[in-house]
This record gives sequence, C-alpha cells and structure tokens, in this order.
Amino acid sequence: MAKTKVIERKPLTFAEKTFIPQILTGLKTTGKTMFQKNITLQYPDERPSIPDNYRGVPTLVKDPNGREKCVSCQLCEFVCPPKAIRITPGEIDAEAEPDRAHVEKAPKEFDINMLRCIYCGLCQEVCPEEAIFLQDVFSLSGYSRDEMVNNKQKLYELGGTLPDKHYKWDKKKAAEEHGNAH
Amino acid sequence: MDYIAILLPIAFALTMISVFMGLCSYSVLAERKVSSWIQGRVGPNRTRLPLIGHIPILGNLLTGLGIFQPAADGLKFLFKEEITPGHVNKFYYYLAPVVALAPALTTMVVLPFGRYVDPSGVVQPLVLANIEIGMLFILGISSLGVYGIVLAGWSSNSKYPFLGAIRSSAQMISYELAMGLAILPVFMWSAAPGSEHGMSLFGVIESQKTLWLVIWQPLSALIFLVAVFAETNRLPFDMAESETDLVGGFHTEYGCFKFGLFFVAEYAHVIMGSALFVCLFLGGWNFLPGLADPWSDNTFGAVLSVLWFMAKVFFMIFFFIWVRWTLPRFRYDQVMSLGWKILLPLAIGNLVFNTLLIAAYDHFAQ
Repeated sequence: MAKTKVIERKPLTFAEKTFIPQILTGLKTTGKTMFQKNITLQYPDERPSIPDNYRGVPTLVKDPNGREKCVSCQLCEFVCPPKAIRITPGEIDAEAEPDRAHVEKAPKEFDINMLRCIYCGLCQEVCPEEAIFLQDVFSLSGYSRDEMVNNKQKLYELGGTLPDKHYKWDKKKAAEEHGNAH
Repeated sequence: MDYIAILLPIAFALTMISVFMGLCSYSVLAERKVSSWIQGRVGPNRTRLPLIGHIPILGNLLTGLGIFQPAADGLKFLFKEEITPGHVNKFYYYLAPVVALAPALTTMVVLPFGRYVDPSGVVQPLVLANIEIGMLFILGISSLGVYGIVLAGWSSNSKYPFLGAIRSSAQMISYELAMGLAILPVFMWSAAPGSEHGMSLFGVIESQKTLWLVIWQPLSALIFLVAVFAETNRLPFDMAESETDLVGGFHTEYGCFKFGLFFVAEYAHVIMGSALFVCLFLGGWNFLPGLADPWSDNTFGAVLSVLWFMAKVFFMIFFFIWVRWTLPRFRYDQVMSLGWKILLPLAIGNLVFNTLLIAAYDHFAQ
C-alpha cells in the first residue's frame, strides 16, 4: 500500500497575503516571454520542414531512366481500403520502348481520388515495383470534386523520379548482350 | 475679432478629439501586438496601405509592426451589415454605445497634457478647460460611463448582457468609493488651504516637481491603480464581459459599428485612466523625481513636455495590457470582497493616517 504523505501547509506570510510579490513575479514571467523568439510559423510564406518518412499525397514515380515503374498490376487498387485508386491497364507503346513492350504493362489511366484517400500508405506498402509513394505534399485543394481526382499525369508530376539503383531494364539488356536472356 | 476667440477653442477641441481617437485605435493595435508578443505569436502584420506600404524598407517595417491595421479594423466595423436583433428596445439599444463613449471623451477636456510658459513668464497648463475642480469633474463624468454598459445590458433584452451589466454596475460603484478615497490624501497634500490651484490637476502635477506622488503616497497609488483597473473593466476585473461565463458580456447583442463604439470606449477609458494615473502619481510632464525639468521656456519645450507626458501614458497603457496577460480573472465574489473588505478600509485608513500626519505637521511645524 502506498504511503500517504501529508504535507503541512505553511500559513501565508503577510507579503503573500497581499499578492503583490506574486503579481510582480507573474509580470516578470510575461515580460520575459515578450522578448523570446516567436513560435509562429508564417505559413504560406514559411513552410514547415517535412520529415523524410512523412505520408502525404500518394504519387507515382519514374526510375532514373525516365521509365514508368508502374506495371499496372492493380495490387494497390485492390488493397486500397477506401477504394480511392482506379487503374485502367494498357499496353506499352511498342515503337517507343520496343524491349519493354509485350513484356510489361503500363497504366493507361491511373486515378487516385483524393477525396476518398485516407493516406494509410497501404498502396506504397503493397507495390511490388516501388512505383507508388506517399511523399511530402501535404496541402491539397481544389474548386471541384473533379479537380480533387489526381490523374496519371498529375501523379507523375507530383512524384518525379526515384533515384533508386535497380536499373531493371539496363540489367536485362546487359544480360541479353552477354547471351543469357534470363 | 471675436471669431477667433470662438473658433480657436473649437479647433483645439477637434484636434484633441482626433488625436485621442487616433490613440484609441492605436492602443487597440498595441493590445493586439503586445498580447501576441507575450504569447509568443507575431500579431497583425499583413495589412498594407498602397503608397506608404510599398516604400522599400520602411513599408515592410511598418507593415510588420501592423501600423496600418487600425484602418482595416475600423473599416471592417464600418462596412459590416448593420444587424439589430428583433427583441431589443431600439431607442436605448442605439443610445447605449454613444452613452458609453461620450463620458470617456468628455473627461479629456480637463486633462492637462503639457505645459507652456506664457509671455509673462508664468507656467500654464496645456489643457482645453483648466477648471479648478478638474478631478471632481473627471470622477463625476467617468462614473457616467457605467450608464452605457447598464443601458446596453438592459436594452439587449437577453440574459447574458443583462448579467454583465448588473455585474459591471455593482463593480463600478464599489470601486468608485475606494478610488475617490484613495486620491483624497493626494489633494490634501497638493491643494492645501491657500494653494493657488485648488482641485485642478495642474496643481497636482506642479506639486510633484521634486517628488512624484507614487513614491510619497505608494498606498494611494496602489489603491487608485487597482480601482482604475476595475473602473475601466479591464482584466483581471473584466466582470462585464467575462467571455467564459457571459458569452461576450454586455455587448453580446451588438455588432458592427455599435460594437466598435463600445470597443473604442473601453480603450478611451484605458487611456484616460492611464493619463489620470500619470497626472496624479507619476508626475505628469515633470522629468524625473529629483531632477529639474529640462524643458525650455519656448514652444519647443512645451512640445517636449507633451511628448514626455505621452511617453508616460504609453507606458501605462502598456502596463494595462501587460497585466491583462499576467493575471487571471477574479471570481465575482472575490472582486466584491476585494473592493469592499480590503481596498475601502485601506483607503479609509490611508486617509485617516494622512489627516493625522498633516495635523501633526501643521502642529509641530509652527
């Protein structure tokens, strides 16, 4: 059992009864805060520093060669709890990228409805190609519901390039040149 | 010839009103800025007037200090939709803000704010009306300010404003007594029988040439200061508009410019209270205790004395704001017991003590 400790209260001295020393102490405290640095962040002018692992708006990224990483496997679409992602799979243009065409797919349309998105990060977690990332964009606004749906172009704009070291297609090409395709 | 005699006082009065109203609006700004500094915030720093606000460095500095903010505040009140609730007593509802502001502006008539030396070499106060009963006039008129609050609370026909008004009237009556008694010793010393200035504030200030009364009569000064806080309805005594228990207090039902008038009236009271404290206890325009006034006898000296007086008033306004963010609001019964049980007996005791002291002084000095 915890021991109960009784603290005896001293009666107030005359100075304490007048409250004046306490008021002066209070004035000193507030006076000091007046000269301290303000903690206000003047938001639109100054931006807060975002930590690296911040989960902001989901975005699509490209690899260092500028290729789309997404192969439209639709795992993110299926795992998305609020069903915010909608992918229309499509073929890769055979003339632009002959070695990737008919091997991988790419999304024809990739829409993320930001009115539905709950920023849970499951899409990033589930993506086998490391193509979708929740990045540092934290303020998103629009005038209509349509504007709040990020399409593929917008997603790549927000996402940019991921400087990873996989070089999947370069390695494949190098392997082909050395005579073992797989 | 007579035109000048009539027009000059009017011109002086208009100048004083405009300066005073300017001070009111800038003390609102001071309140917002100092509050934000004490709370670690920045405060209003975005309002920018065209032209002046775009001068390279100065413009940014002024904007950052919020110098243009009062214009935006005032215009906001002017252009808001004029809403009158259906359940109010229209006549008194419209009358109340005016009744609240008028006494605060009237009291400044007898407030000396500087001194000049007239051609015959006599020091004269810079004041609109140098009447002999200046202090009585101020006490009388400023007490009328409570009518604005009571009328506002009553005519709003709504419970929270009514409660606020009742509280504030009770509080003002209680503290008026202590206030009046606290300054009696001041006048007993400064306006001794046979003194030339009587009860005028000029006489009090002149009597503080060597020693400020705050040093000589600290208890009077303290009681008076507390009473002024209560009279102006400032924290820690803002019973009339304690937001936490009374929504907005007596002006809950008021909006747009009518609210603006109440707002200006509150700050007018603060400025008047500060000026009065400076006059009575901080030596008015006298330089520093123990030092002779460095003000010269020409116009420049007069201007300097006015500036020095204003500097003291600004410090007191700052002190009002400072205290606002330091002390929490008293409970209503605490306000009442402080007023009746502590300040009033103290003031009476102080009065009796000073009376005896003066009697002893007269007895033994002769």
